[in-house]
Order: sequence, then structure tokens, then C-alpha cells
Amino acid sequence: MPRMNAAQRHVVDFTLNGRNVRAQAENRMLLSDLLRHEIGLTGTHVGCEHGVCGACTVQIDGKPARACLTLAQQVRGSDVRTVEALSPDPAELSPLQAAFRRHYGLQCGFCTPGILMSLDALLREQPDAGMEDIREHLSGHLCRCTGYATIVEAALSAAEEQRKEEIPNA
Amino acid sequence: MKSLETAGGLIGRTVERVEDAGLLTGRGRYIDDLPVRRDTAHLAILRSPHGHAEIRAIDTTAASALPGVIAVMTGADVARLTRSMTVGVKANVECWPIARDRVRYVGEPVALVVAENRYVAEDALDLIEVDYETLAAIVDPEKALAADAPVLHPSLGTNLINERTFRYGDPETALAAAARRISIRIAYPRNACTPIETYGVIAEYDPGEDAYDVTANFQGPFSIHAVIARALNVPGNRMRLRTPPDSGGSFGIKQGVFPYVILAAVAARVAGRPVKWIEDRLEHLTASVSATNRVTTLEAAVAADGRITALCWDQLEDCGAHLRAPEPATLYRMHGNMTGAYAIENVAIRNRVVLTNKTPTGLNRGFGGPQIYFALERLIHKVADELGLDRLDIIRRNLVPADAFPYRTATGGLLDSGDYQTALDRACAEGGLEALRQRRDSARAEGRLYGIGYATVIEPSVSNMGYITTVLTPEERAKAGPKNGAQAVATVAIDPLGSVTVKVASVPQGQGHRTVLAQVVAERLGLPLASVRVNTELDTARDAWSIASGNYASRFAPAVAGAAALAADRIRARLAAIAASQLNVTADRISFRAGKLFDRENPDNAVSFGRVAAASHWAPDTLPEGTGQTIRETVFWTPDELQAPTATDGINSSLCHGFIFDFCGVEINRTTGQVRIDRYVTMHDCGRILHPGMVDGQVRGGFAQAVGAALYEEYAYGSDGSFLTGTLADYLIPTVMETPEPLILHQETPSPFTPLGAKGVGEGNCMSTPVCIANAVADALGVEDIRLPLSPSRVSEWLYGEECPPSKPQGPAPVATGASGERLLTGAGSADVVATRDSVWTMLLDPNTLKAIIPGAHEVRKVSDTHFRAEVTLGIGPVKGRYRADIRLSDMVAPEAVTLSGGTEGALGSGRGTGRVTLTETANGTRIEYRYEAAISGKVASVGGRLLDGAARVVIGQFFQALARHAGGGVRPSAAAGLIQQLSSLFGRRR
Ligand code: FES
Ligand code: FES
Repeated sequence: MPRMNAAQRHVVDFTLNGRNVRAQAENRMLLSDLLRHEIGLTGTHVGCEHGVCGACTVQIDGKPARACLTLAQQVRGSDVRTVEALSPDPAELSPLQAAFRRHYGLQCGFCTPGILMSLDALLREQPDAGMEDIREHLSGHLCRCTGYATIVEAALSAAEEQRKEEIPNA
Repeated sequence: MKSLETAGGLIGRTVERVEDAGLLTGRGRYIDDLPVRRDTAHLAILRSPHGHAEIRAIDTTAASALPGVIAVMTGADVARLTRSMTVGVKANVECWPIARDRVRYVGEPVALVVAENRYVAEDALDLIEVDYETLAAIVDPEKALAADAPVLHPSLGTNLINERTFRYGDPETALAAAARRISIRIAYPRNACTPIETYGVIAEYDPGEDAYDVTANFQGPFSIHAVIARALNVPGNRMRLRTPPDSGGSFGIKQGVFPYVILAAVAARVAGRPVKWIEDRLEHLTASVSATNRVTTLEAAVAADGRITALCWDQLEDCGAHLRAPEPATLYRMHGNMTGAYAIENVAIRNRVVLTNKTPTGLNRGFGGPQIYFALERLIHKVADELGLDRLDIIRRNLVPADAFPYRTATGGLLDSGDYQTALDRACAEGGLEALRQRRDSARAEGRLYGIGYATVIEPSVSNMGYITTVLTPEERAKAGPKNGAQAVATVAIDPLGSVTVKVASVPQGQGHRTVLAQVVAERLGLPLASVRVNTELDTARDAWSIASGNYASRFAPAVAGAAALAADRIRARLAAIAASQLNVTADRISFRAGKLFDRENPDNAVSFGRVAAASHWAPDTLPEGTGQTIRETVFWTPDELQAPTATDGINSSLCHGFIFDFCGVEINRTTGQVRIDRYVTMHDCGRILHPGMVDGQVRGGFAQAVGAALYEEYAYGSDGSFLTGTLADYLIPTVMETPEPLILHQETPSPFTPLGAKGVGEGNCMSTPVCIANAVADALGVEDIRLPLSPSRVSEWLYGEECPPSKPQGPAPVATGASGERLLTGAGSADVVATRDSVWTMLLDPNTLKAIIPGAHEVRKVSDTHFRAEVTLGIGPVKGRYRADIRLSDMVAPEAVTLSGGTEGALGSGRGTGRVTLTETANGTRIEYRYEAAISGKVASVGGRLLDGAARVVIGQFFQALARHAGGGVRPSAAAGLIQQLSSLFGRRR
């Protein structure tokens, strides 16, 4: 990695939601700030900036990661995915998102993008994820509104739906 | 009965929320997402590291000189442009949003920086030098009343800011005549339903019009708008306050953003640019707002059969360092229902409000309920136990009878409706109480610790805006003029294409108001749900609002949704008249369904809604004589039942009163002290249910927060006022793993006082669940003085008594807790260096050498021969921060010995200490010996003594290693805190 100067902004090239992006960031800029305030994708939320609440969770190279604990410079060359990329089309919800709506898996929606990104990764990696896997993954997220039960229901229902689709007529 | 007839069946159905598509796809618009003007600058706030201190001087020179900084302000600068915020009681105190000459809580704003971006603004905070003289702090509300307690506000002369006594019925006679007098004393802790989104403000000032324009994620009540405008010294119409379309939760907390509205507004004025401030989590937990902590003694006069004839309340309310509006409302919100669900005729109350060196308090879900019910429902359990009667029997014996509604309570409340007996019986039957009892018995038979608890709660909703004036004496009230009511407002508008928009001032914080309002209005107008759009953004310059507007006191379903129904009905009546004239029938025959208006007796005789609705725009001339426009209808609704306090202090503090009965079974792990909720049943009667899915969502959400309050959450303070729970790793919000699923049951007894028969439902479990769990734990352990949170360490104390000191000596540097609650560190060591004593002495007193050898030092300045200033960055455990150290030398015996004493200060905490260093000559150089004693407070103290002790040794060891290197010699390994020794000191100690 080239030597970088703290007082200057440096180019960060990476893939964001399937598109090549060239952004500028100081060394100390957080990925959450780059996404939200430099690029303008405000779907990734910031609740604590110390890695506990999970609201800022995005996917970096397919794995869930805290954008508030990642420096913008660390995603050079990576593939970053945010909540804005989850639905197939702006007017449509992904099966996971639709399950959240059906089961009242959100109230204020502030924790939701982070939770969706974690669950999306889980259901991709582990299509047979059950209750315990889902709870385990959710335990890295804080939600202050729902009491979690409806989030678990939504995730279970999305997982089931995904399995049905993968094995037609099963 | 004011309830309206309904048709179309949308109300009461669980429909999908209209809010969700946007929120699920990242298109929500929360405060930090809103577009701002290009020249918007960022505000950062320097906050007090001390619980109590005089500010001797603030030097902002270096901060102002930092490139990118636009303005730096202190309390004096803010005070020049504002007035003190209004205080809700008659008392000689001022209340400023920023400290002027004294700080009174950790986190109190001390200086403001406006800079080009947040990073630079925070850099500049580090450059502001504040010279504090610390004062003794007081955090315990009872000790704050002692004659020799430090006084927070000298103008007040005491920490007791308000005291009132009340008497209803004849409590003295009831007590004298009672078979038994049974009392309980409780101390309810501080906690907060802290939302995941923190505060945010965007402010602008127009000097041409002397007007402020502020957007903030404020939740109401908008009575606070008056406080803001007064503080900013402008009439209400020059203080435009707007709210963003979405908010990341509030639970009362975002009422407390208002002091920051004032600060950001002034900052924008001084900076001459729009200013944006987004609070960080440390700021939020430390200094936003929390519930009150309260010490209560409650005594009951009890007949032999368990009937309670009188209650005597003695409440000591701790509102923190300032009494901020609307406090002391927490203490008075429940005043009309201090007898809970029980028919108790005689009541005495003494209410005292005390100020301590803690963050000022404010709205928090349950507002006043958790504190009341913890005392009342613990007492009910105790009454049963002392009389040897069944606890449920005591509850049943005292409940307000089902035929007594509307029931006037002793303190003036009017319980609107209910059937508590049936709700309770159903809960026991449907919730499986009998099976739970068997479960408890068999657990106990196996020697396990298992208990059952109950809680019976009246959940008030729709606050009377006059209840807070109960804090004034009747004479003071007479002078101030009466206050009462709860204006709710809704607007229904029809555009030229005939589609319907609803506008309210309910400022939702995620509850789904837009969906429910669409249901209500679509149903009344016979439209499909999707054809009604709802806007809930509020702009005080443009929208209809009043002081009661906002999202609090569970007022949405009973008041706001009701007002929307009334507005829709007014339009509906006019639309019916227009349709009747077009269809040549009388208006009473017109029905609304599926987007059509038609003759009920001849449904083919119909006209489309849009055509009738648009007539007012396109062809007003065609409206039948005397029919008003259908373009826009705004309804203000305030219930008659909400009157001002009476001359004898009777107050109907809330319009609606829901009923909750909870029971639960808990098991306590004998080894770890962990409390596990085995089963939880919660029965709610919140009147008519408008959206079952959302009602259950409110219950579950409140329940999860209450589980946190019962088991994990506490805003913890050291006795020096340092705040110990400033991160979400310290303030433990339950995750999915800690949140059990309650069984939720419903009964629907409509309120006769609200347009839709609905009552509030959002807050009840925050009132019922903590005490229900506490009662179960008391049942399991047989302990009376149950204190929250029920953490394993606290429960273990009840199981095993206080932890004994370790029997083996723990090495030379034991960690102790200082008398003041600070973390006390002591240590000693020595180092041999290959250098002469004189050269070591010179090095120790030379700033350049010190800079090179002090770990993390950026700068060491020599102020005088015996006074140094240093800037250091130190990481201790997870907490890394920049500190400013002030070191003075004394007892100097050159070149043999010197005493160093001083203090260090940083955003994360402060410390002071002394160390004695002696130098002796040895065969091949010099031996340096040192011993130190240091006290540390603030955030950094909360990382725990083990880490601190280890860190102190490492830092001091590094210092002498560096000194030895600098002197060109070696260090005796054991002396520089060798690795093994460090590790054993880290892990070898129990505390
Ligand atoms: S904002 Fe990143 S974990 Fe909370
Ligand atoms: S929905 Fe509000 S924090 Fe989860």
C-alpha cells in the first residue's frame, strides 16, 4: 500500500452494489461516513460508532462487516454491498424484505438495514439456517423497538420461502 | 358514548404498514440523511469530565486557530444571545443548556465548536483548555438533602428544589384505625429506553428577520417549543421547528433534544452559516436524558382481610443537575392514579424533588409509572405475605369494581372504563397460572430457586397538559392561571384530482401512525387503504399544532387517530350532501364504499368519490346551498374530562386508563445468580384495538425494554459523579438472546371518552414488567429489598452475602476503591540505570527528555522550575484518549528525591496522584525507586480496576525503561514490571 499522508484525501476504488466507484477519503474517514456523506447512500445507519449496535452492518466481499469499524481506505478493491442493493428493483422488495413487512419485523427501521445485511449473508451462506442460527446472527444487532420476536419470525419465513424456491415442488 | 359508527372494516385489521417499503430499502429519511445547504458547517460539543466543578477559565485560542474552524463559543457567548430556559417550579435557579461558571454533571456542555466538518470540529475540542476547580459531588438523592451536602445551585441554597404535601380523604384516621400498617422502602434506579438513533439538529438563522429555522428529531410535546422560543428570545413565529419524515425511535428520550436545539440555533447565528449536529453514542448515554431515580417509602393501612384503606406516599425524586422542562413531570404524571388499579379512598403524599450531580432527566417510556408501580406492587406482595394471605386474593380484594366506571380516584383521576376482575381471571386461566404454580412447586421440590410474581397496573394515556401544575400550590396556580386539556389535531384534505391526504402533528417515532391513519380515514370515506396518503412531518410555521402535539403519553390511538376520524367525518357529511344533490336523494341515504358514493336503497344510483370530492375545487358553484368546501378540514379535539387541578389538588392527570395484569415465573441459577424468565404472561385492556399487529408490537417492544430495566440496564455513577456506562458495551440493552417471548392477551373495553374507543398502549409493560419480575425474584429468594437491575452480581450477594476479601495477600500493589468511589491505584517499583545520579536527575527535570520518555507524550512544557504541563495519549483497555497532565514538583532534595503531584484530565476521565521518586547511587550507576498513589475517575475508571492497575504498571514501567534507554543503561527486568508480573497482576486478582 502506498504511503499516505494524514492531511490529504486519497482515492479509494472499490465496487459498491455492483458498480465501480472512485471516491476520495482522508485516512481516518470511516466507511460509514464515506458511504453516507461522501457517496450519499444513507441506508446504512450509524447507531453507536463503536461496533456494538450493528446498525451500520454492510457486506464486504460477501461477509457482514461493521462500517463504523472499517476505514474507508480498507475497502480498496473490495466488493461492498449495502441495503440499497437488496431489492431486485426499486418498486419491489426482496423475499427477505417482504417477510419483514409481512411479520412487522420493524418499527422505526433504524436497526433494520444492518439486520437485513446480516441475515441476507446468513441465508446465502447457510440456506438451511434454522431458529438457532438466526438468533445467533441477530445477537450481533440491537433493536430497541420490536422486542425481536417478529424479526426472528420474518427471518424464519424468508428462509423457508427461499428453500421452497430452491427445491421446486418440494 | 362518543364512539362513531364504522363501516368498511379497515379499523381493527392487521394491514401491512405503508412505512415499510421505504424503510426496508434504505430510503428512510432520518435527520442525518436529509439534504442540507452546501455551506452547512458541523457542531461539536466539549463536555465536562467532572460531576461538579467551578470553571476558572476557558482558553479557546488554539481551537479557534485550527484551520477549518469557523467559530468557538463558551457558555458566556451563548448566554449573551439567549435567556435561561423556563423552570417548571417557583425556585430561584437558572437553567442553561451549556455551563456558565460551573459544571454540574459529567457530560454537561462547556464549549461549542463549529467547523467545516465533524472530524475537524472534534479535533478542535481537543485544543480547548478548561481550567476546572473540582468540587465535591453529590449523586445520592438522600445524601443531597443533608445539611452539609455540597449545594449545586448556590442561588437556591439547598438541593431540595420543590416539596409539596397532599392529603385526600382522611388518611390519618384510616391509618389509626387500621388492623395493620405495612410499609416498604424502595430505591428505583436510573435507566433510559435509549433509542438506536441518537439526537440530531440542523439549524439556521436569518439575521434579516431575526428568525431561526431548525430541523430536529424532536418528538414533542410542543409545549417545549415555547421554552425554546423564549430561551432564544424570539416570538414563537420566529422559531420555526420542523421534524424529519423518519425517526429512529425515541421512547420519550427525544424530547430531551431541545437544549441542543437552542445551542445549535445560537451556533448557527454566531457562525453565520447553517449548522448541523449529530450526537454520538457516548454523548447520548452520558448526557442526553434519562428517567428519574427515586427513593420511595410507601405505607398502607390494611384491614385484617387485606383490604387497603389508605396509602401514604413519600417520594424523593432525583431530577439530576437541573430541573429541565417539563420536569418534575415524571413525579406528577401519575398523580391522578396513585392508587393503581385499586379502590383506596384515603391518600397522603409527600413529594420532594432534589437536584444531584447527574444528567438532567426527562421523558422516558412509562414516564413515572415504573417508579410508582415498583413501590405499589412490591407492597401488595408484602401485604399478602405479612397477613399470610394469597397474593392474588389481595389484588382481587382491592380492585376497582367492574360496575364502578367511570371511577373517580381519591387523587382526582377519572378511570374511564374497564373490567379488571374479568381481565385478571382470563389472564390466569388463559395464561396457565395453575400449571405455572405446579412448575414452581416441582422446581422447588428439586431444590431449585423458582418464584412467581404478579403486577397489576393502570396504564394512563393522553396526558392532561395541566397535570404538571399540580406541583404548584393552589395559590400559585390561581396566580399563574389554569392549565388543562390535550389538544389533538388532524387535517384531511382533498386535492383537485379527488385524492385524500391526511396531516397530523403526532410526530411518530416508528410506530406506524401513517398506516393507522390511512386505515381510519379510508374506512370513514369508503376508500381503499392505498388511496389515502398520510404525512406526519411537522413544521410549526406551516402546520396545525398546539402544545400537546407530539408523540408521548401514548396519545396517538386515543387522541390523534380520533381527531382524524372526526375530520374525515366532517368532510364525509359534506360529501354526502353534494352526492345527494347530484343523485337526487337525501343525504342520509348516501353510503360510501369502494370509492363510490351511492344511494343505499338503489346502489346503481352512484357517483365516484373523486368526482364529488373534486367539486369544491373545480365547480364550487355546484355545491348545494349551505354546504361548505371539502378541500381541507382541520379538527382540533380536546376532551372535556381533562380539567385543571381543583382547589383541593384533585387532578385527572390522564384521559384514558388501560388495564394490565402480568404474571411471570423466574428461575435463579444458584451458582451464577442469573435470573431467567421462564414464562411471562401479559394481559392488556387498551380499549378498542385499531391495528392488532401494531398493538402487539408496542407490547413486545415495551416488554423488551422493561426486561432490560429489570435485569441489565442502569445509568451507573461513581460517587464522584463520574458516569460509568457510556457505551453500549457498558449499558446493556437486551439482544435477542436475552429477550423472552411473552404471551400477550387482550381484552377490549372501549373508552367512552375517545372518538374511536381506543386507549394508549405503548408504555404499560415498562410499568408492569420490572416489578413483576422483581416480585418473582422476591418470591424465589425471600428477599424484601429487591433492587434493580437484577444483575448476577447483585443476586449473588443475596444468595451468598457480600463477597469476602481474598484470604491470600495479593502482591504489593492492591487495587482498592477510593473512599469517594474513585478508582484508587497504588504501586511501587525500582529501576537500575547506568548513569550518574546527577545526569538522571537532570533528565527527570528536562521537558525534552520527558517528552521522549513519557509514553504517549505529544508535548511537555515547563511552566516554571517546579511546574510542567504534558499532553499524552494513553490507551487503557478499550479506552484510548488524550489527556492533559499538570505536574508539580515539591519536596525537592537535589539530586536525591522529589515528589511529583498533579492531575490529568481528558474527555474520558480524570486522575490525580502523587509519587515520590528517590535516586541512590549504586556501584554501576543509579537506582531509581518510586512509589505512587493515584485516583482515577470518569469513563476510564469504568474499564475496571484490573485493567487500570495493569495499565498503570505498564505505563510506569515503560517510563523507566525509556529513561534507562535514554541514560544509555539497562533496566533490571523485575523492576520494569516484567511481562510475567504484569500478566499475573492482570489476571491474578479477583476484583
Ligand atoms: S454503528 Fe456500527 S455497530 Fe453501531
Ligand atoms: S425497529 Fe427501531 S431499532 Fe429496530
